[in-house]
Amino acid sequence: MSALLSVADAHVAYGKVEAVRSVSLEVGANEIVTIVGANGAGKTTLLSAIMGILPLKGRVAFAGQDLARLDIEDRVAMGLGLVPEHRELFVTMNVEDNLELGAFRIERSKAKASMERVYTLFPRLKERRKQLAGTLSGGEQQMLAMGRALMGEPKLLMLDEPSLGLAPIIVADIFRIVTELRASGVSVLLVEQNAQAALKIADHAYVMELGEFVLSGKASDIAANERVAASYLGFQHEGDSVL
Amino acid sequence: MNTTIMLFLLQDGITNGAIYALLGLALVLVFAVTRVILIPQGEFVTYGALTYASLAAGQMPGTAKLALALGIGAFAFDLFVARKALHARLIVRSFLTNIVLPAIVLALAIYFAAQKPPVAICIALSLVIVAMIGLYLYRIAFQPLAHTSVLVLLIASVGVHLALQGLGLLFFGAEGQRGPAVLSTAFTAGSLRFTGQSITVYAITIAFIVGLWLFFGLTLYGKALRATAVNRLGARLAGIRTTLSGQIAFLLASVIGALSGIMIVPITTLYYDSGFLIGLKGFVAAIIGGLVSYPLTAVAALVVGIVEAFSSFYASNYKEVIVFMLLIPVLLLRSLAAPAVEEEKD
Repeated sequence: MSALLSVADAHVAYGKVEAVRSVSLEVGANEIVTIVGANGAGKTTLLSAIMGILPLKGRVAFAGQDLARLDIEDRVAMGLGLVPEHRELFVTMNVEDNLELGAFRIERSKAKASMERVYTLFPRLKERRKQLAGTLSGGEQQMLAMGRALMGEPKLLMLDEPSLGLAPIIVADIFRIVTELRASGVSVLLVEQNAQAALKIADHAYVMELGEFVLSGKASDIAANERVAASYLGFQHEGDSVL
Repeated sequence: MNTTIMLFLLQDGITNGAIYALLGLALVLVFAVTRVILIPQGEFVTYGALTYASLAAGQMPGTAKLALALGIGAFAFDLFVARKALHARLIVRSFLTNIVLPAIVLALAIYFAAQKPPVAICIALSLVIVAMIGLYLYRIAFQPLAHTSVLVLLIASVGVHLALQGLGLLFFGAEGQRGPAVLSTAFTAGSLRFTGQSITVYAITIAFIVGLWLFFGLTLYGKALRATAVNRLGARLAGIRTTLSGQIAFLLASVIGALSGIMIVPITTLYYDSGFLIGLKGFVAAIIGGLVSYPLTAVAALVVGIVEAFSSFYASNYKEVIVFMLLIPVLLLRSLAAPAVEEEKD
C-alpha cells in the first residue's frame, strides 16, 4: 500500500541557508508519525514546506498526487491539515466562528456534524463557544486550533509542537486526543520537543538534527536508542553533557 | 449665528459625512483584507457618478468599454498563471466573468444609452460597470503583488489612481456633470427642508452599514473576509483563498464608491477629478479610525462632514485645509500612544 504522505529528498532554504537538507519521510494511513529533535533542527520549517507555506525543493506527494503546483488552500481541500506552532487563530472572532471557518471548503450540511464531533472531542470548546478566541487560555487555544483544522476533515493532520507552553495535565489530554484521532481514521504527523510523550504514542519516528534526519525507525526502537535517550529524553549518565 | 443656519450646516455636514463614512468603511475593509491603501476609491466615486450622469443624459459612457478592456486583461492574467495546468472549468469561469459579463454590460449600455433610460436602469448599469472595473483592477494591479509590502501596494495604488483619473478625463471630458435626483420629493420640518436626495443618502448609508454588519456577522463569506483580515495565514490554513477575500473586498469598495458618487452627483456638480478629494476625506476618517475600527471611522466621517460644512460657511477658502488639519492632532496622539513598531516584515 502506498503511503498517504511521501516526501522524497526535500530541501528547504531561507535564502542561502538550507534549513532542511535531503529529507525523506512517509506517513501511512492510520499512522502516527513523529519527528523529534532539538530546537532549531528544522522541524517546523519542514512542516511549513509540506503545507506549501515555504518553497520546497524535492518531491511531496499526498494521497498519490504531486503537490508541487498546489497552493496551501488546495492542499487543505485535499485533506492535508496543519496546526501551526503559533496556532494562527482568528483572535477577534468567537470559538464557533473559528470552527465554522475551518470547514470553509466543506459542504455546509457536513460542517454541522463536524462541529458536533469537534465538541465531543473537546467539550471545553463547547462551553466557551461564544467566547473570543483571543481570550482563551493557551490550552484552549491549542484545542481550538486543532478543532479548526479537524473541521476541514483532514486525512492527515500535521501538529507543530502542540504541547508547547502548556500545563502537563493539558498536554496529556492533547496526546490522548491524538491517539483518538488515529482511531477515527486520521493520520497524524507530530512534531514535538517533548520527545518522550511523542514517542510513546507514535508508530514511527524520525530524529532530526541540524536539518537532517539522523535516525528513523519504529517509535519504540527509537525510544530505546541510547543516543536518543541521552539527547532528547533527559536520561543522562553522570558526566554527560546536555545538548 | 442663528440656529437655522446652524441646523442647515449640520444637515449639510451629516449628508456629506454619511458619504465619507461609506468611503471610509470601504477603505478600512480593503486595507484590512488586502493591505492596499485604496487611493483610487475616489475614482470609483467619479466613475459611478459620471457613468450614471452620462447614461441619464443619453450618452454612452466610456467606462463600459474600459470594463471590457480590463476584463480582457484580467482574463489574460488568469490564462498566464494557469498556463502550466489548464483546467477547462477554471478557464470557462474566468472567460464568463472577465469577458462575457462585461461584453453583455457593454451591449446593454449601448442599447440603453440611445434611449435615455429610467433612473433605476442607469443606477444598476453604473453600479455593475464600476464593480467590474474594481474587480478586474484587483486582478491586474494588486493580486500579482499580494505578497509584497504595504509600500509597494501603495505605489501600485497611486499608479492606478493616476491612470484612472487620466482615463476619466478622456471618457467624460473636463466639463462637470450633474445627474438626475433619485427622489425629487422634498418636505420641511420646522425651518429645515429635507430633499428626497438627502433622505436617500441617509437611508442608503444606514442600509449599507446594516447590510455590511449582517454580512460580516452572519454569512460564511463575510466571516471569511474578517478572518483574512485578522490572520492571513490562519485563513489560508482554513482553505480560504486570499484572492477570493481580495476580490470580495474590492467588489464591495467599488460598489460603495459608485453608489456614493450616484448619491452625490444630483447634489453637486462632479468633474473627472473631483473624486480624489472626496475619497481623501473618507481617508481622513479611516485614518482617525486607525485603519482598523469601523465604528470609529463612521463617527469620524460624520465629524469630518460637519467640520467641513461649518468651515465652508466661516472660511470657505480654508475649507479643505481645516478638514485635513483634523489629522494632525490625531496622528500626534496616535504616534504618542502607539509603541514603536518594527518595519513590517510579511
